Amino acid sequence: MSGDIILLGLAGVIASGAPIVIAVIGETLTERAGVINLSLNGVILLSAMLGFWVSVETNSLFLGFLAGTLVGALVATIVAFSSITLKQSQVAVGFILAITCRDLAYFLGNPIMGSQGPIMLSSSVPLLRDIPILGKILFQQSLMTYLSIILIFVAWYWIFKTRPGLMLQGIGEKPAAAFVRGANVLKMRYVYTIVGGALVGLAGPLYTLSVKPGWKGTITGLDGIGWIVLAITIFGGWNPVRAAFGAYLFAFLQWLGLVLQPYMTSIPSQVLQVAPFPLMILALLFVNLGNTEWMDRLLATLPEKMRLRAIKIIRTMQSQPPGALGTPFERQ
Amino acid sequence: MNQMQNRSLSFLFQIGGLILAVLFVTIILVLVDAKPLDAFRLIWEGATGNSTRVASVFVVWVPLLLVTCGLLATFTAGLWNIGIEGQITVGAIFTTGVMRLFLGSSVSPVIVIILSMLAGMLGGAIWAALAGLLKTFGGVNEIFGGLGLNFIATALNIGLIFGAWSRPGIASMSGTEPFPEQFWLPTFQGFRISLWSIGFAIIGLVIIYFLLQGTHFGLRLKAVGKGIKSAFRMGIPTWQHMMLSFVICGLFAGLAGAIQVTGVYHRLIPSISSGYGFMGLMIAMLINFQAIWLAPIALFFAALNIGGIQLPIVMKLDSALTGVLQGSLVLFVLLMQGVKQRFAEKK
Repeated sequence: MSGDIILLGLAGVIASGAPIVIAVIGETLTERAGVINLSLNGVILLSAMLGFWVSVETNSLFLGFLAGTLVGALVATIVAFSSITLKQSQVAVGFILAITCRDLAYFLGNPIMGSQGPIMLSSSVPLLRDIPILGKILFQQSLMTYLSIILIFVAWYWIFKTRPGLMLQGIGEKPAAAFVRGANVLKMRYVYTIVGGALVGLAGPLYTLSVKPGWKGTITGLDGIGWIVLAITIFGGWNPVRAAFGAYLFAFLQWLGLVLQPYMTSIPSQVLQVAPFPLMILALLFVNLGNTEWMDRLLATLPEKMRLRAIKIIRTMQSQPPGALGTPFERQ
Repeated sequence: MNQMQNRSLSFLFQIGGLILAVLFVTIILVLVDAKPLDAFRLIWEGATGNSTRVASVFVVWVPLLLVTCGLLATFTAGLWNIGIEGQITVGAIFTTGVMRLFLGSSVSPVIVIILSMLAGMLGGAIWAALAGLLKTFGGVNEIFGGLGLNFIATALNIGLIFGAWSRPGIASMSGTEPFPEQFWLPTFQGFRISLWSIGFAIIGLVIIYFLLQGTHFGLRLKAVGKGIKSAFRMGIPTWQHMMLSFVICGLFAGLAGAIQVTGVYHRLIPSISSGYGFMGLMIAMLINFQAIWLAPIALFFAALNIGGIQLPIVMKLDSALTGVLQGSLVLFVLLMQGVKQRFAEKK
């Protein structure tokens, strides 16, 4: 394999990782506020289908993405309303929506199956594209891919370096304390759930208009992505930069599956295609090890020096959820 | 009296949820230029039109009922067993595996069927126990552990169908080589439904009802589900109970998978779980985890599934519509329940 092909492959990883990055950051913002939006799998499919449809009808990529965003925001509003206002289980409502939106996408998308639609072309960045290696990987992408990369750092800066971001951490970690300090917990939870949902809704059209062009019903191959996004959110420890790393890792594993296929003929190709999914879950196991009781007990038995080193390694991998994740907030 | 009032109020709100769901689907149908009444009638006739169709409804009802029975055990312990799909699949894989061992042997087919179905239950239980281990010892939330195990089960299933167990020469999505007829669960003359599988479903329902409502174990499981910390302080071995509820659920899911192989498809196919696991989760939510409502609601969902088959044939509509109807029904009933609670609070 020549160098150019590898560079092209890595550029492909950045591009195919883009929708996952955007969705993961959306979910990270939502969960940071203490709300789990479990509907992602359905939302991505529904926004992918509707975004594509709108683009086919209007021949405008922008309107397609806008439609996807609206779908995501709308579904997130249902999640927010039922969990924050009606105090129903977030997991239950999210799961129902994940299934219902998926079926809705397949039902409504039936007439446009296999249609030709607009495709987002890549636009290279002058000057930057000439940087050796990096130029080829990063700067000959589509606009949305650039947006996804910028989003990583904007979200990171917002959460960790700004006042509203600090407030966001507060309402997810200790809502009662944030409330005392003047945060409108319920309103902020609404806002972050809807904004996060809108970002997730952007991921759908990004698939059907760019990464995997077209809508092909059940064989579009997007079923399952939303569940993986949820797993990567945990893997990312609710930190946008680490979450983005997880997203690219997943995209890289998928690419690797394709590349290795010709060399591993004994393994059916269908198995290699789904292999990244279980690998991501395995990764979850590792980041969660530090949260278990028996690990603490095991560490206590180790000699001092080894224990410190082991704790250091585990703490770096560990991801800890926001303290109030999934629990409704009651004003006392 | 007050409780009576509360109950009838609940019922009223549930009916409201049903009406909203039908309204929602009607709007969807109008949007795609289809006649709603025709579609609903078609689904109804598709499920009840003739005896073959009614029998098909029961073919779906049996596994649906079984997996939901299992899910009641995990829900009672406060667990979201999303890994149920994988548990059905692995159950089917184990059943197929054991049956293949006896293909050329002279062992009586009855014993082969019994052994392979037991193996299916074991397979489901192992897969559920894995989710339980990840939860109790790995700190991985059962939702994500379960999803991961679902993906692995799917990969395993497809890997076997296209690899080790592929049909000679023509490995395809149509599944493995069908088993000879003596290995099938005996069915009614001319119908696809087996009296045996209906028997399993009813026995399963009775077992889970008494286990959860009438035994000390069920009570302890409920305590774990209500609050794991206080249950632990009361001296209930909590992780053992969680593991047990996973295993019970896995046994039911595995049995459902075994019936899919021995009683319905007579081979292993890629979508052997048919989405019944996720549908079971929806049913469990709709019946508010009360076993008493399980049989009729599962029958209703099964009828929708079978009735929906007619949609693409007659009206050129996608059969996913019945999924939308099921999903919006559960959603609106849940939302109405929330509205009712708020309403009661204000009073």
